[in-house]
Amino acid sequence: MRRRSHSGWAWVALGLLVAALAVVAAGCGGGDEEGEASTEIEGLGSSLEEIQANAQEEGEVNLIQWPGYAVLTDEFTQKTGCKVNTKDGTTSDDMISLLQSGAYDGGSFSGNATVRLMTTGDVVPIDTEYITNWDDIQEGIKNKDYNSRDGQPYGVPHGRGPNYLMFRTDQVPEDTDSWNVIWDDDQLEKYKGKISIYDDSIFIADAAVYLKATQPDLGIDNPYQLTQEQFDAAVALLKKQAPYVGEYWPGDVVKQIQSYTNGDSVVGTTWPYQYVELQKANAPVAIVKPKEGTTGWSDTWMVYSQAEHPNCMYLWMDHMASPEAQAAVAEAFGEAPVNLKACDLTKNTNHCDEYHADDESWWDDVYYWTTPSEDCADDDDSTTCKTQADWQAAWTEIRG
Amino acid sequence: MTSVSLGEASPRQSPGRRLSTFLYRHPRVRLWSLLALPVLWLGVVYLGSLLVLLVSAFWTSDPFTAKLVHEFTLDNFRRIIESPVYRDVAWRTIKMAALVTIACAVLAFPLAYYMARIASTRVRNLLVVAVLMPLFGSYLVKAYAWRTILSAEGAINWALDPLGLEFNGYSNTGLWLVFTYLWLPYMVLPVYAGLERIPESLLEASADLGGRSVRTFFSVTLPLVFPAVVAGSIFTFSLTLGDYIAPVLISSDQFIGTVIYREYGTALPVAAAYAFVPIAVIVGYLLVARKLKAFESL
Repeated sequence: MRRRSHSGWAWVALGLLVAALAVVAAGCGGGDEEGEASTEIEGLGSSLEEIQANAQEEGEVNLIQWPGYAVLTDEFTQKTGCKVNTKDGTTSDDMISLLQSGAYDGGSFSGNATVRLMTTGDVVPIDTEYITNWDDIQEGIKNKDYNSRDGQPYGVPHGRGPNYLMFRTDQVPEDTDSWNVIWDDDQLEKYKGKISIYDDSIFIADAAVYLKATQPDLGIDNPYQLTQEQFDAAVALLKKQAPYVGEYWPGDVVKQIQSYTNGDSVVGTTWPYQYVELQKANAPVAIVKPKEGTTGWSDTWMVYSQAEHPNCMYLWMDHMASPEAQAAVAEAFGEAPVNLKACDLTKNTNHCDEYHADDESWWDDVYYWTTPSEDCADDDDSTTCKTQADWQAAWTEIRG
Repeated sequence: MTSVSLGEASPRQSPGRRLSTFLYRHPRVRLWSLLALPVLWLGVVYLGSLLVLLVSAFWTSDPFTAKLVHEFTLDNFRRIIESPVYRDVAWRTIKMAALVTIACAVLAFPLAYYMARIASTRVRNLLVVAVLMPLFGSYLVKAYAWRTILSAEGAINWALDPLGLEFNGYSNTGLWLVFTYLWLPYMVLPVYAGLERIPESLLEASADLGGRSVRTFFSVTLPLVFPAVVAGSIFTFSLTLGDYIAPVLISSDQFIGTVIYREYGTALPVAAAYAFVPIAVIVGYLLVARKLKAFESL
């Protein structure tokens, strides 16, 4: 008897805890503060000389990066006195919550992070006067909706690339040039349990890209801004694919590289970084931008609005735009540089051609990551699209 | 030297002596000075951080920026109750935790029995070291090592190949193996301690009363050691329930930990609401464990 009443108390206590939390949550309601969009960062020097002097005092810079992005860090430290600390992000959502933790000075963000960060005010416009390499950056990549607002740049472009279809050449025909290998019924059956898929809600856009090409009736224009009907079609396609997927890689490049090396994965989506690493290891893999087009990213270094080391961060953004750093990172990650002066410095003299750095038409069917939004990110008031939150909820369901 | 000077000085003049008298007269102060640090740790650092997380279960997040909006709502709970995927994932995780616990108990019992009742002191010490050894290795190293072992080209399939068999390692069966490996020491140690605590005299009494070894085992040893098995199961069960790294590396299915981890970044309130599920499961589990007298064997 006694024991029974004790167990009862434990449940009552849990119930009370929940109730107390609810009260606290309700009490705190209404106190939400909007991210104030200040354009200035505290402590930033007001001339390049002052920034350089301040940087010597700051002595370090804390960066969030996509794996492999920060290059020539020793040279940077020697020149500026700023020690470089990096933290790898796995998804754009991951990088946003890292930046909002307040422990970092900035990072290299993709479009689906930048538009949100500009909205919340976690990043601020930059003064390009202090970016000595600014004029050398391709004009076509400046002033895009994912790196600027009202003509005001919010960061320094880093480089761009597509999400490729990668496959093992000993398992998949070498002339494969279509995404159908990971979407069509008979192909799925063939590669069952050996398909490798990026584990993030943004992958819904990859399904949308395929539907855009194969089911024009759906009328998909922008694979990130989907109406209910288009969204349902993409989710259905992904749910059909799910049982055949061998591995979802959550931005964990090591895991995917290991799978392709061992042959546990033979086909799927990848970043060029994994391909470059696999090539170094002599794994029989190939990448292709399929004929349907693909998703991709055009990344930007941005500075946190409350950065602790803004001076070092400014110098870092400039450093990453320099021909030397651009050449190094373009080859290390396997992407197209945005400063074409880098093309003379790459070890592989054809790198810029192979990665289409200067061939704008090649990028026409590369849809850069951006954030789904209710207004479809257009001026047409009559349409509504599924939001980022909807994508996220759907992704959990797709994964099952 | 100190004791001599203490003896010579008047007790009232030594500050240490005065403090000890004060503490002697104020048992409450004595108790609090003993417990202040752990209470602070548990109350503020542990419970505090947990509460901060759980409070956000009643808030919502901006659908575009995913930023927390401090507006009271029960939608997150509605979502994890109504959407079948959250139920499926919870059920899958609980099932996995139960299966891992059973496997650990089945493996640990004979080993612990041998260590406690049969092995010589030398062998026993060696075995204790051997059981503890894996705990010194980094969790990540072990998990990645298992990825290699379970790979299509890995050790298991290499061994099965001559038999014409194939094992899909990156599956929930593979994950079950990995969890069982990872948490086995947490089961062996309490069971071993429990077996060692059984007095020899009880077993002799059973024999004197005509109980053969099988009867003695089932009527004396097993009931006495069962609470220790339950105590070990608390570890194996709760560790499996909360883990999110091994599932990401080995399985392509979602588990409670992986869902919370992913949604934490994008939909913190939903992740926080979902965190109530493992908490409730563990509270229930502990209540049952307490009934089975497991806490006396910890």
